[in-house]
Amino acid sequence: MAIEHADVLRAAHLARLGLSDGDAAHYLDDLGRILEMVDQLQGLDTEGVAPLAHPLDATQRLRADEVTESNQRERFQRCAPAVEQGLYLVPRVVE
Amino acid sequence: MQWETVIGLEVHVQLATRSKIFSGASTAFGAEPNTQACAVDLGMPGVLPVLNESAVAMAVQFGLAIHADIPEVSVFDRKNYFYPDLPKGYQTSQMYHPIVGAGEVEITLEDGDTKRIRVHHAHLEEDAGKSLHESFSDGMGHAMTGIDLNRAGTPLLEIVSEPDMRSAKEAAAYLKAIHSIVTYLGISDGNMAEGSMRCDVNVSVRPRGQERLGTRAEIKNVNSFRFVERAIAFEVERQIELLEDGAEVVQETRLFDPERDETRSMRTKEEANDYRYFPCPDLLPVVLDDAYVDHLRDNLPELPADKRARFEHELGLSTYDASVLSASRDMAEYFEQVKAVCGDAKQAANWVQGELSGALNREGLSIANSPVSAKQLGELISRVIDDTINGKAAKQVFQALWNGEGDSADAVIETKGLKQVTDSGAIEAMIDQVIAESPGQVAQYRDAEPDKRGKMIGYFVGQVMKASRGTANPQQVNALLKEKLDALC
Amino acid sequence: MHDKTLSELAGAMANGEFSSRELTDHLLARIERLDGDLNSLITVTSDQARTAADAADAARSRGETGPLTGLPLAIKDLFCTEGVRTTAGSRMLGDFVAPYDATVVAKLKASGTVSLGKANMDEFAMGSSNENSHFGAVKNPWDQNAVPGGSSGGSAAAVAAGLVPAAMGTDTGGSIRQPAAFCGITGLKPTYGRVSRYGIIAYASSLDQAGPMARTAEDCALLLNAIAGHDPRDSTSVSRGVPNYTEELAAPLAGLKIGLPREYFGDGLDPAVEAATRDAIKVFESLGASVREVSLPHTHYAIPAYYVIAPAEASSNLSRYDGVRFGHRCEAPSDLIDLYKRSRAEGFGEEVKRRILIGTHTLSEGFFDAYYTKAQQVRRLIRQDFLDAFEEVDVLMGPTSPTPAFDLGANKDPVSMYLQDIYTIAVNLAGIPGISVPAGFVSGRPVGLQILGTHFAEARLLNVAHQFQQATDWHQRRPAIAEETR
Repeated sequence: MAIEHADVLRAAHLARLGLSDGDAAHYLDDLGRILEMVDQLQGLDTEGVAPLAHPLDATQRLRADEVTESNQRERFQRCAPAVEQGLYLVPRVVE
Repeated sequence: MQWETVIGLEVHVQLATRSKIFSGASTAFGAEPNTQACAVDLGMPGVLPVLNESAVAMAVQFGLAIHADIPEVSVFDRKNYFYPDLPKGYQTSQMYHPIVGAGEVEITLEDGDTKRIRVHHAHLEEDAGKSLHESFSDGMGHAMTGIDLNRAGTPLLEIVSEPDMRSAKEAAAYLKAIHSIVTYLGISDGNMAEGSMRCDVNVSVRPRGQERLGTRAEIKNVNSFRFVERAIAFEVERQIELLEDGAEVVQETRLFDPERDETRSMRTKEEANDYRYFPCPDLLPVVLDDAYVDHLRDNLPELPADKRARFEHELGLSTYDASVLSASRDMAEYFEQVKAVCGDAKQAANWVQGELSGALNREGLSIANSPVSAKQLGELISRVIDDTINGKAAKQVFQALWNGEGDSADAVIETKGLKQVTDSGAIEAMIDQVIAESPGQVAQYRDAEPDKRGKMIGYFVGQVMKASRGTANPQQVNALLKEKLDALC
Repeated sequence: MHDKTLSELAGAMANGEFSSRELTDHLLARIERLDGDLNSLITVTSDQARTAADAADAARSRGETGPLTGLPLAIKDLFCTEGVRTTAGSRMLGDFVAPYDATVVAKLKASGTVSLGKANMDEFAMGSSNENSHFGAVKNPWDQNAVPGGSSGGSAAAVAAGLVPAAMGTDTGGSIRQPAAFCGITGLKPTYGRVSRYGIIAYASSLDQAGPMARTAEDCALLLNAIAGHDPRDSTSVSRGVPNYTEELAAPLAGLKIGLPREYFGDGLDPAVEAATRDAIKVFESLGASVREVSLPHTHYAIPAYYVIAPAEASSNLSRYDGVRFGHRCEAPSDLIDLYKRSRAEGFGEEVKRRILIGTHTLSEGFFDAYYTKAQQVRRLIRQDFLDAFEEVDVLMGPTSPTPAFDLGANKDPVSMYLQDIYTIAVNLAGIPGISVPAGFVSGRPVGLQILGTHFAEARLLNVAHQFQQATDWHQRRPAIAEETR
């Protein structure tokens, strides 16, 4: 399946990666060749094969419903770029 | 043209777990910002989710309560999108294999009719944080929004109905039924004001008789029973107007504004969302065996529909009373306790719905916070039943208990001297005195035609009751008065 | 001191030949002197190391010693280390001081090891040459024109150069085994789920697995003893019991059934590497093992499947780097989209962006089934190949990499770089364990022999590798830089 310039821009937007048109052209070339390599999969008959999401056939273990974490806001916000009054700041969200 | 409204609801219920769905942080409401957001909730590099067993159990209990299929295997998926209140850039949810399959909820309409609303499925997911639009600034003149992630990771059960509702009233009744089920099960506090239950409404209209569904609008932020009705009413009118003008309804997300009582388009990017769902590789398939599900089924509490039926058929209450008293678990439990103490379901129902509900409404209290306990009310009713007090005194006792002027009905009756007087000697003495003090009324009574005298006796009854400060047994007063007055004629 | 193995160092310290503090100071001095050129460590934690070494010596003086007490090592900079910068080799996390310890790090601390620093790596573990690090390429201690392999290139180079006796790595498609092979050391990728992933910055969650890198299989066994086991914070870690991995090292190999996957000896394999591999296998025959050819028919679909699954998971895992709660944030964002797009464009390097774009594209509407679902189906077939093979043989053997370490800058094209991982990548898709042991040299650059076992066969792999190391001395060869006496 071929990939086009618009696909790269769309993926970049969905992934919130700032990409100039020039960047996109560069990535288009790489991505095209990667997908060409990936497309070998299409030649394999997988009819009736169940997808495998995890390498082990394990099932989810459950955690007891207990509060085990205490307030560590100060520690966690030490690595934050912008906080005020305990809140993380982002440019104004308009709804 | 005759239009038909078609409504489906997506109800998000916050589950009443102590800790979050994937972390050990507290879910308590109202903490200082970000003090209940642990490394996992913040999506710190390297952290991993571990599923909370109570969230699973609560979801399954809900499924069982709506007679839904509980699939053996359910899977968590990632819904990928960027938003500041979504720390990881994806919401862990269930897209392809939800924990609760198809079920149904019975709703009762105002005319007493019932209707079954199909539930398509219900799935577990994590809540997002909150954006606070206060006047923060980055110091360079840019307005900033503050993000509080305390709510991030709170377990949600999203209950998705089929488009089975045909009016705003049905939608509100459905929402109330869901509220009733989750609070009965104790899996949510159902507090809509605090956002414990939130609702998105899908509304479309179509010409009556047409099978194909019309284009729908999804209304977000409809967070009270009242708003559901108002939002739908506005939206239906808007859509019909558009169609009758020859225009088209656009499939879009709209926001309900309770202040203006209208819905408006959320003018976010027109780009189609592409959430790129895929199975969350950090979580494994959840497998529920029969023994686990059976255990939960065996331990389900009595649900509202069952309770209503029992109130009606076993306790002999009217359909209306049964449905009012079973609507909330608190109300039903209160009623059943009163009934257990006094032994009379009808009296208990009358008191709970009459005197008690009236007082609660006046003071804006919930039944859980009633100053008069179920035991106190039950004992009060018992004293009416065994003729210790009459109905009038009972109201005084209730008021005294409400005001905290005594621990029990008996204590109030005692201190206020409200015990009904049934001693005929004492009643006769009061009657004699009233007759002696009312020569004019006695003369009138004597002169009246015998068939008019019945009405005139009321005056003497009133005087005797007044003299007894309401404690004389009214039936005895009536009988003795008639005897004595007739003897004078 | 610096050319000894962990078990030798432990013995020497037990005999009082030197203290952990002396060893630590010696190695820190070597790092100071030699790592400027090698660039194997991003952050050197001298102060914390000396404190930990002193604590280990104090414990020893109280008689409280375990098998790892006072032993130094390096930790790939993908493991969160509380209070220490944890970069994942990325500008995005260039200033990120982790607020907590990864479970592996906590276990290593608890067992008394002394971390000297955080090892260089390909950014977010995406690469096979360590050239994708924001903190610069790492040089191969055997030949400074060569790459050390990746993504755990810094870990491998630091061990090979005698800067540390062991290091922690992670392996998503060969990132422990291939650099171990390129640097002439021993590296084990355990079964998926054997070691906790909690606190390891995620690349591809269903493939990532941490493991030890050291000079010998015996040392890897010592380290695996310390880090293996169920972690209640990692849903994908398994609860099955952990054997003592050193106990079975000495078991003889007579009767061992070795399978040689036909597909691992085909086109693209450097003949000199093949010759070294076959010579190594002869050693096993001399130890009483039997060898037969087997087939893993879906081998050639492993790289295509991997480059759907790993980037898809990565594209989602890396969404959290949005400039809000941690990590790089662009200057004066004009709005939310600008904050996201610029922070991420500036914070991520080229290979990371390439994989985010691939993963985002293949998960998008209209492509999901053709790519993702298909790749997951192929993944099952690949796993089945291994399960079928292990019905017939005990272990599989072949080259770890089709070539010895290539020159820095030699693989400019991403696809040709990806194809380097042809023998290692299927192992991660299947979740089985694998170990790479030194097995010779080609033009002065080391060659690794890869030994694979079925799920949870780590003890067997370590035994097989250890017996090979009893019969050979490839693992005792040291590059010139490590031969220095200081």
